[in-house]
Amino acid sequence: MPEQLVFAMEVFLNGLMAGVLYALVALGFVLIYKASGIFNYAQGVMALFAALTLVGIMDGQVPFSHLINAVFGTEIHHFGWHLPALLAIVLTMVVMIALAWLVNHFVFRHLVNQEPIILFMASIGLAYFLEGMGDIMWGADIKKLDVGLPQGINSAIDEITFGIFDYGFFIDNLDIVATGIAALLVVGLVIFAQYTKQGRAMRAVADDHQAALSVGISLNYIWVMVWSLAGFVALVAGIVWGTKSGVQFSLSLIALKALPVLMLGGFTSIPGAIVGGLIIGVGEKLFEFAIGPMIGGATENWFAYVLALIFLVFRPQGLFGEKIIERV
Amino acid sequence: MFYREAGDFKTSYAEDSQTFPIKFDRYRYYAVLVIAFAVVPFVINDYWVNAVFLPFLIYAIAAIGLNILTGYCGQVSLGTGGFMAVGAYACYKLMTSFPEVSILIHVILAGGITAGVGVLFGLPSLRIKGFYLAVATLAAQFFLVWLFNRVPWFYNYSASGQISAPERTVLGVPVTGAETAPWAAYLVCLLFVTASALVARNLTRGMAGRKWMAIRDMDIAAEIIGVDPLKAKLSAFAVSSFFIGIAGALFFSVYLGAVEVGEAFGINKSFLVLFMVIIGGLGSIFGSFAGAAFLVLLPVFLKNLLVGGLGWPTDLAAHLEFIIVGALIIVFLVAEPHGLAQLWRVAKEKLRLWPFPH
Repeated sequence: MPEQLVFAMEVFLNGLMAGVLYALVALGFVLIYKASGIFNYAQGVMALFAALTLVGIMDGQVPFSHLINAVFGTEIHHFGWHLPALLAIVLTMVVMIALAWLVNHFVFRHLVNQEPIILFMASIGLAYFLEGMGDIMWGADIKKLDVGLPQGINSAIDEITFGIFDYGFFIDNLDIVATGIAALLVVGLVIFAQYTKQGRAMRAVADDHQAALSVGISLNYIWVMVWSLAGFVALVAGIVWGTKSGVQFSLSLIALKALPVLMLGGFTSIPGAIVGGLIIGVGEKLFEFAIGPMIGGATENWFAYVLALIFLVFRPQGLFGEKIIERV
Repeated sequence: MFYREAGDFKTSYAEDSQTFPIKFDRYRYYAVLVIAFAVVPFVINDYWVNAVFLPFLIYAIAAIGLNILTGYCGQVSLGTGGFMAVGAYACYKLMTSFPEVSILIHVILAGGITAGVGVLFGLPSLRIKGFYLAVATLAAQFFLVWLFNRVPWFYNYSASGQISAPERTVLGVPVTGAETAPWAAYLVCLLFVTASALVARNLTRGMAGRKWMAIRDMDIAAEIIGVDPLKAKLSAFAVSSFFIGIAGALFFSVYLGAVEVGEAFGINKSFLVLFMVIIGGLGSIFGSFAGAAFLVLLPVFLKNLLVGGLGWPTDLAAHLEFIIVGALIIVFLVAEPHGLAQLWRVAKEKLRLWPFPH
């Protein structure tokens, strides 16, 4: 087999793995958009905030220590404990649920029936707020996150591919785990949405707010629940991305990676987020591999958008989005 | 009392449809112009020009541009930063290729080039609507910034990858480069702002503006009554990009002087200008000014208060600024989703009747 083709296959596999990671972020977008019509730009920052909180809790950092020190002239930093990862994850989830309640109670409850653009701007405001909040609570330095996920090259795949092609593929263990987690998450979300009472209520709200309200579904409860779910997805994405590249500001930029995935898959479709993620992941990696070197490299920033744009011109609602019906 | 239409008789159609129907407003407008042109240049210093006036004026142009597209024509765009970069790089290439031509002409030409690019990226708007379009315009943002970063021709093969404005003069007075006097830079920007606002105001209340608004309110209905969506949308993209291009050119040549594209025209710029438009008020020229002023002054004010007033470390102040800006945006949207322009409108309505309640 020619060498280039083997390389391309490795790139393809890595693209699939990257796509799964994008899909993880995109899932949170889809959940909120479906249930409340809010295009939640803050999803990426929520992932950052969740990861920061997780690291902070695990290391026993004192929240707002920088601010407290500046105001009162004290010198506090840490409580001096180290929590096990599982407990810290549970505690972080509690924080995310509290955040969901706050967001619903103070922001979006007051913006019901506003135009989508206003909701979108409010979510950008929320993103700014959370970004500053995360930094002030836990400090802006780059942190290492280690909750025990395996990392490094997967030697089994390396050996098998070496046996077949004389060239070992580099596949990160973390990516394989992330794929498993994403699959679990999607299955879990689908089961939740289809078979539980809360899930059905969520879908009812997504279909029609007023009708759902009239049959006795509490909108506030459902919205807090959806934001908590999105917080959970953000936490998972934060853990995976944080383990991969450290917990730092750039983590919030994964939202920008998720947007073309959403466009491609459709804003309202959970399978769309996954398929879109895979197409974008593979597409941008292969493009960078094949064409990138010829035109100066670093094409990954924009190629996903252009790819999604081309798809959209032929299917304006995305691959799996609900068909747009316009009435006058 | 003096803020009344009563007694101010209009005798021609032109008078009847003027922008400021109330005499007091009209005089106030002239007074603002006179002060801005004839008084401010003599009293401002370097700090005020660079921290407040230049960013305000330049962002006001960009906000007017985006307001035409988003507020009047209803097409949400997140590509403002990219289009500003087109204006900046077009201006740079023109300045270095034709040094003998006036900088003012270069800035306008840069706006024209940006208009062309804007039309190109506006083409998908004929198929794609709403948020899908908003995200699609991000393609312009990322692609354009990448292009200016990676193709050396755009930055004249300079080693640093930056572009820096050579010195150019208007009537013998330098307005770009290191020798620029604060008042000269201010006046150049003010000139463009005034012209932009005049053109934008008159476009938006004429036939073009009515077509845009029809498309915004419901594009299918607009098409049925004979508005060509192709022409209306693309002309909105063109006019909007023209203003944004001018803003980008001024931002680079007069304000910053030297620019690194990813830093100066990144995605944050797109959001900033969109915030200005939303906070100022969609579909209002005055709103563009109000929004620009608000978001330019707020960080300056916060920085002076927290760092200068309370003596906190700058990194802490920067994070707090994020929190406060984010919170204020949310508070604003909750309290007055139609922006500062709506507050202004309400205030004017009340003033007309004052001191009577009805």
